Amino acid sequence: MTTTAPAPATRPADAEQQPSRGTRFTSWAANYVDERTSMSGLVKELGRKIFPDHWSFMLGEVALYSFVVILLSGSFLTFFFQASMAEVEYDGSYVPLKGLEMSAAMQSALNISFDIRGGLLIRQIHHWAALLFVAAIGLHMLRVFFTGAFRKPREVNWVVGFLLFVLAMAEGFTGYSLPDDLLSGNGLRIIDGMVKGVPFFGTWISYLLFGGEFPGTQIVGRLYTLHILLLPAILVALLGVHMLLLIVNKHTQFAGPGRTNDNVVGSPIMPVFAAKAGGFFFIVFGVIALVAATVTINPIWNYGPYDPSPVSAGTQPDWYIGFADGALRLVPPGWEFMIGPYTVSMNILVPILVLLVFLALVAVYPFFEAWITNDKREHHIADRPRNAPARTAIGAAGVTFYAGLWSAASSDLIATHFKLSIESVTHVIQALTILGPIVAFFVTKRICLALQKKDREIALHGFESGRIVRLPGGEYIEVHEQLSEYERWRLVSYEEYRPVMVRPDARGRISQGAKMRSAISGWFFEDRIAPVTNKELEEGSHGHH
Amino acid sequence: MAKSASSPRPSRPARTGRPARSTRTGRRSPLASVALLVVGLLATGGAYAMFTTAASAEEGGNASIATADKENGEKLFQANCATCHGSNGEGTNQAPTLLGVGAASVDFQVGTGRMPMAVQGPQAERKPPQFTDEQTKDLAAYIASLAPGPDIPADEYLTGKGDVTEGAELFRINCAMCHNVAGAGGALTEGKFAPSLKGVSAAHIYEAMITGPQNMPVFNDQNISPEDKANIIAYLTYLDEHASPGGLDLGDLGPVSEGLFVWIFALGSIVAITVWLTAKSN
Repeated sequence: MTTTAPAPATRPADAEQQPSRGTRFTSWAANYVDERTSMSGLVKELGRKIFPDHWSFMLGEVALYSFVVILLSGSFLTFFFQASMAEVEYDGSYVPLKGLEMSAAMQSALNISFDIRGGLLIRQIHHWAALLFVAAIGLHMLRVFFTGAFRKPREVNWVVGFLLFVLAMAEGFTGYSLPDDLLSGNGLRIIDGMVKGVPFFGTWISYLLFGGEFPGTQIVGRLYTLHILLLPAILVALLGVHMLLLIVNKHTQFAGPGRTNDNVVGSPIMPVFAAKAGGFFFIVFGVIALVAATVTINPIWNYGPYDPSPVSAGTQPDWYIGFADGALRLVPPGWEFMIGPYTVSMNILVPILVLLVFLALVAVYPFFEAWITNDKREHHIADRPRNAPARTAIGAAGVTFYAGLWSAASSDLIATHFKLSIESVTHVIQALTILGPIVAFFVTKRICLALQKKDREIALHGFESGRIVRLPGGEYIEVHEQLSEYERWRLVSYEEYRPVMVRPDARGRISQGAKMRSAISGWFFEDRIAPVTNKELEEGSHGHH
Repeated sequence: MAKSASSPRPSRPARTGRPARSTRTGRRSPLASVALLVVGLLATGGAYAMFTTAASAEEGGNASIATADKENGEKLFQANCATCHGSNGEGTNQAPTLLGVGAASVDFQVGTGRMPMAVQGPQAERKPPQFTDEQTKDLAAYIASLAPGPDIPADEYLTGKGDVTEGAELFRINCAMCHNVAGAGGALTEGKFAPSLKGVSAAHIYEAMITGPQNMPVFNDQNISPEDKANIIAYLTYLDEHASPGGLDLGDLGPVSEGLFVWIFALGSIVAITVWLTAKSN
């Protein structure tokens, strides 16, 4: 970055004015690098990449920066962590564990917390940053979804981003399991149970994974390799692809005067955005450090070393695995049955299946919507969520479903803190998880349509000003304050989709797929508010009495 | 509309002028009432907190059962407990018999304010005790005189000193599944719950272990020896006396409160910063 900064600086240098020593040095350095790497072409391309200014476009950056924080703090932790399940006797500073038998992994995690200078802070930074990482990814995905930024040409990048989300969860879970404390051991036990719930292969896979009967003496070492080698390598590679596609596809932007499908309005990377982003990195780092310095996360010293017999009340996974835990908790009793000597654990298989289907739907949604609309054009203008009512409603239904599963993971704490019975909490969440998405769909769709109607009304007639004027003829009218061209732009520029008609293809046949598309597309776009046309606007502004 | 559309300009100053004038009148700021409300709430809340801590500080005093007044205990029993527990403590269909529950049980139930119950519910809840320590001991002496039962523990087990490591290990194995590893409490079925153990006196913890109040199982001396009970108390005392080394403990509730914290405070403040960074300068 430092080598690219001087590039624009050399241009305005006037021939008449003698360049200062600093300028001469940077020119020389820039030239030196360029002659050896031919970087100027790349810098010219990249340096002019434009980032539009809207707060929601910075969420992905938050994820990226927290990932950098995770890498830095994680490297520090690897210096001191021992991924071994060898039995040792704890002899560190924390009194209530002194003299206890535990694994070397747990001991080194405790030593990081109590006996290595700055260790606890770095451990907490690492863990808080991990929680923030996945949260920022989640919010970033919601932004992309609700603004339709996944449409052509960005469907592939959506899938890459989705894979990053899954990898982030995998990274989080493997990290959660490493300290070999009671909480992480209980988490692994649940995974072990889920694996064993798979008919026929389950038990074999479990023994393969743990190197024998759970918990064995292998799993921490294996998870460690995944956590610091394989998963980060894939994650970084996919992150590279994600960024590359972001540059190739350019950024989306919200509609506005001068903003079209063919341009991007905003600040270029060099120098404005780079400076802003650099500063923003330190702000994100600062927030994480502040939280880590003041708030405890994962107090392994309370949990103690893993022992398969105790389970603590309030044993939960980190928030991003919560939806899976919740799915298990929501299953009503009695779903498992026997076929011959085999138990079929539907209580485990159904949640696994539901989660996989849910994740798969998230991954393929862009292709689904492209198929419904039969829209082959490129889209670079982000939708306001209200202008795509069906999509927004589907998103709201998905969020409600996820929230149901998620809250189920904390059903015990909801019960104790709101003084409810855990059975009724579970039953209410069961109902919410199944009925909630349906209600959310219809309510959201109606709200979107209502907002569109309001926008249309305002675009055509302006705001009611509350000022009553008496005309010379004696008539009273209320003056409507019209929008400026600039404000109106935002309200009127969106695309309208209509249901796709069933049309015979080139061979004169109507395929089953075409019929289905037409049906779903009708359901999608039947209720719609047409955008205000130019003609309507002209009529509107020349008096509609 | 064309005429009226061009005319809103002059109306602007008139509308914006009104609030500007009202700030100049020197009247009480609109925030004054909010401030007053905050002060009032803080005062009441603070006073209540002080009152309740003062009340709970009384529990677990030194009044001895040997010197307790059994007759006074009987009077108190007849006036406050007999309606549900029967005039001889034999129990009714409202409440269990107290024959054989022992002094320890009375000291726990009455000393923590659970008895007399304020209201029928899934579980009697801890509240500021209704009786003084002396009255509680009188009641205990009376109930203990009806039938033999576990006695109030000897002071040697209640010092809060012992093998903390051993106590922590026993706590994790025997207690944590309901009370949570840090003693923060947890949910049971049908609205019942294992209460938080923070700030509970050593005597009450010991008594709870030997009497098994409400849904709690009894941990008798064959199960956990008195020395080990003292070790568990030592661990809980350690937790009470040492704040979390990592900073705020978020109620020691585990990943749920951490997840809420990261979404609301960490991501919340970062989103606020992004809004601020991209705000248009006017």
